[in-house]
Amino acid sequence: MTATSPAELPKALTEAEESVTLDVRGLWKVFGPRADRVAGTPLAELSRAELRERTGCVAAVRDVSFAVRRGEVFVVMGLSGSGKSTLVRCLTRLVEPTAGEVLLDGVDIRKAGDKQLRELRRHRFAMVFQHFGLLPHRRVLDNIAYGLEIQGQKKDSRYARAGEMLDLVGLTGYGESYPDQLSGGMQQRVGLARALAVDPEVLFFDEPFSALDPLIRRDMQNEVIRLHHEVGKTMIFITHDLSEALKLGDRILVMRDGEIVQIGTPDEVVGAPADDYVREFVRDVSRSQVLTLRWIMRPPGDGDALDGPELGPDVVIKDAVRTVLHADRPVRVVADGELLGVVSSAEILEVIAD
Amino acid sequence: MTAAVAARRPVWSRPYLLVGILAAWIALWIAFRGQATLPLDGAELTPLHARIGEAADVVDNNRDSNPIFLYFFNYVRLFIDEFVTFVQALISRPSFGRPVPVVGWLGVVGLAAAVALLYGNLRVALLTVAGFVSFGLLGLWEESMDTLALTLAAVLLSLAAGIPLGIWAGLNDRFDRLVTPVLDFMQTMPTFVYLAPLTLVFLIGPASATVATMIYAIPPAIRITSHAIRQVPKETVEAGASLGSTPWQLLAKVRLPLAKRTIVVGVNQTIMAALSMVTIAALIDAPGLGKTVLKALETLDVGTSFNAGLAIVIMAIVLDRVTSAAGRRVEDARRAGRAHRPLRRRIQVGAVLAVAAVLVYLSHVYVWAAEFPGEADVGSFVRKGADAASQWAQTNLFATTNGLKNLITYGLLNPFEAVLTDSPWWLVLAVVTATALVVAGVRVAAVCAVCVALLVALGLWQDSMVTLAATLVATVLVMALGIVIGVWIGRDDRADRVIRPVLDAGQTMPAFVYLVPILGLFGATRFTAIIAAVVYAAPVAIKLVADGIRGVSTAAVEAATAAGSSTWQIISRVQVPMARGAVTLAAGQGLCYVLAMVVVGGLVGAGALGYDVVSGFSQLQLRGKGLAAGLAIVVLGTMLAAITKALQRRGVRKSPVTGV
Repeated sequence: MTATSPAELPKALTEAEESVTLDVRGLWKVFGPRADRVAGTPLAELSRAELRERTGCVAAVRDVSFAVRRGEVFVVMGLSGSGKSTLVRCLTRLVEPTAGEVLLDGVDIRKAGDKQLRELRRHRFAMVFQHFGLLPHRRVLDNIAYGLEIQGQKKDSRYARAGEMLDLVGLTGYGESYPDQLSGGMQQRVGLARALAVDPEVLFFDEPFSALDPLIRRDMQNEVIRLHHEVGKTMIFITHDLSEALKLGDRILVMRDGEIVQIGTPDEVVGAPADDYVREFVRDVSRSQVLTLRWIMRPPGDGDALDGPELGPDVVIKDAVRTVLHADRPVRVVADGELLGVVSSAEILEVIAD
Repeated sequence: MTAAVAARRPVWSRPYLLVGILAAWIALWIAFRGQATLPLDGAELTPLHARIGEAADVVDNNRDSNPIFLYFFNYVRLFIDEFVTFVQALISRPSFGRPVPVVGWLGVVGLAAAVALLYGNLRVALLTVAGFVSFGLLGLWEESMDTLALTLAAVLLSLAAGIPLGIWAGLNDRFDRLVTPVLDFMQTMPTFVYLAPLTLVFLIGPASATVATMIYAIPPAIRITSHAIRQVPKETVEAGASLGSTPWQLLAKVRLPLAKRTIVVGVNQTIMAALSMVTIAALIDAPGLGKTVLKALETLDVGTSFNAGLAIVIMAIVLDRVTSAAGRRVEDARRAGRAHRPLRRRIQVGAVLAVAAVLVYLSHVYVWAAEFPGEADVGSFVRKGADAASQWAQTNLFATTNGLKNLITYGLLNPFEAVLTDSPWWLVLAVVTATALVVAGVRVAAVCAVCVALLVALGLWQDSMVTLAATLVATVLVMALGIVIGVWIGRDDRADRVIRPVLDAGQTMPAFVYLVPILGLFGATRFTAIIAAVVYAAPVAIKLVADGIRGVSTAAVEAATAAGSSTWQIISRVQVPMARGAVTLAAGQGLCYVLAMVVVGGLVGAGALGYDVVSGFSQLQLRGKGLAAGLAIVVLGTMLAAITKALQRRGVRKSPVTGV
């Protein structure tokens, strides 16, 4: 076991197969003339630039496959132009995918007809948008109730539900306001409440906080974490902000030029970048904030005293600093009573000095 | 490096080529002047004209037997005639066995004020009352109501067709691409041109006038509605769709509410276009104020035409203010949340409608409220005053006006006209084609060659050249004004605040009205038409240039200032070059407007194609020639539009943003 690869796969990943909510397989989105001739042909092997030169088509999403587990916060991260916004729109068919499957609880939503698709959108998933997408001519309450209104719900019941959502996102008392009377952060709370009002299984977020000030962004990130604890929805979250991805994501999908570069937990992405691109990306991340002891422990040596304090392998390094530095002998990393390795001041200091 | 130089060479050599063409033209002109100039006397016809006239006769004779007429055009005509007659019966014509319309003046004033109050505000309601009462005071109540009835009918029909089509074009890219060139053509074609063909199909009467008006008024309705639908933020539509809205729900609950304000702007533009055209439709006997102006213009009666022109201006102002206020109200309602006091609003609406209903009832029953009292005649004072002012101006300002007239006539117009009309036609063909080739490329050159050949074929060569000369001179003047004033108000906020409302007002006026005061100042000459065209086209050009100057990035101007540029250097090296796209666009638009007005100028002594068209209306034996003149105008317009469009495309390609 070396310090640059995970000691073993995180447990959750292996036992997760049955609880997959959204399963994406071989998804393609190609823009341009006769876009359907690309996927599954030799053209699919070309790079983005070559494809464009040869056919005039742009492959925004190239052969993307991943599975999202129930209740997971799954972050898709990439720079602008990486295809992440197109990807999330393909998942809800706001943009029609060119090839591949999108299975929601085992059913391919690409095969749904117009009416079925509307039913899916009305009840199964909802989306939060970068620029909020609120209706300026409607009061906040009517904005939140929009999804229920178009389902044909009665006024009383939809306003009751919208009122609950208003309280849930911390906007109590703003129901009568109009969107342009609210700050950006508050508007996005309305967007969030609108999405939650239809009680969807899956929530999609398309760079929801990119248009907000940094301080408000932090508030909203915490809000999402809180809501995730309270309502426990599956969330698919698009962002170009690495720190946001690390903060929110159970797992992170890194995209470049429409392709997957890496899928992994935050500590995997930081600790074991798949290539130079990701490495460059995570270079400035403070590793002690993200990596766990698993990443820096070493096998016990002959001279190590094995009676030091005990910590789990998934403890984040910065939380272990005090214990390790104060102990006069190596800290033992133990899982289920088994000794995985030891960590001493040297390893800790190496990460912190990095 | 070498590649860059090579790429630049054509750009550099283009001016030399143009100078070369000009020099060759003048040399050949001196050598061949007066040869092959294809003159044609006023009453003279070519065989083609005679044949067109015969074809028109055939249409006349078979109107009631040809299936296309019998089952389509005649029904359209019948429907529109009935509709217009119905609106006229309501407000302008004695009807249903009564000596007066259904609703008299008091009722019309009350209704108009109620509409202004409910859709606008108190201020525009008062303006409406004042405006409508002034129609009566000017002694033009019936004429004004005829104009209003015709305008309303055309606007209702235009909106009924235009808004759905606009929504379709906004939603469907393919339909948008299909309809855009059609609208372009409808809008660039001088209004004058399609009047005669329309009378052939729909006869002289309300139907022709209404269809002509619709041709002119539908394009803004479609365009602006389409634009309004398209400018709804994509994410908002996606948000609606992502929650499972049906297409109808998306349209009714998301797109239309968000597009409403812009659509109201489209309604405003449609109304203004309709009013403008309804007055010109007087040429095909449309009743109303336009006819009064036209008759007075024909007899050079400045006083009467001014009086009626004033009524048109007042109507334009009232209609514009009310619809603009309605647009602002939509916006205010959105911001303030109109749903907050529905009860109070309902009471207000009820009260206003009740008062209006009482006034309508009074005007229906009592003669004093039905016919505008004749004693209160301000019109004769206005007529006399305008006559006196015109007399005074023509005697006392003679030195100034005549000086200006002579300067432009001898300095610009005569040389242009001489070179164009005295050149052999093949020389003009060669020069136009070569010029188009140099500035715009092979395809445009081919279009231009075909156009010039068509002008020759239509047998109105000299008249076409006279009209072209006047158009070019007026465009030069428009661009001079456009650049000077445009740069000024583009740089100076205070000047912008003062001048822009004047320009806006100028743009809302029906074209016809411009002829009147200019006729008063300069009398009936070619020059009057040119000045009218300049006055008509300058606001557009000025605004486009000013917007272009304002659009130049502040950073570029700041950088130039920081480098120590003088004001003149900033204007000439930074702002004007960077606004080149806007300047070319202004030239293109200016040219369109100028051509339309120069043609109308045929009414006040400009002669040439415009005169041919008008005499085609009035003299049956000249009908074929008039129709041919209309075609010649379209050909001229097509040629000029092709060149300016190509220049605009080049301007875009060369714009600093994409790199020179």
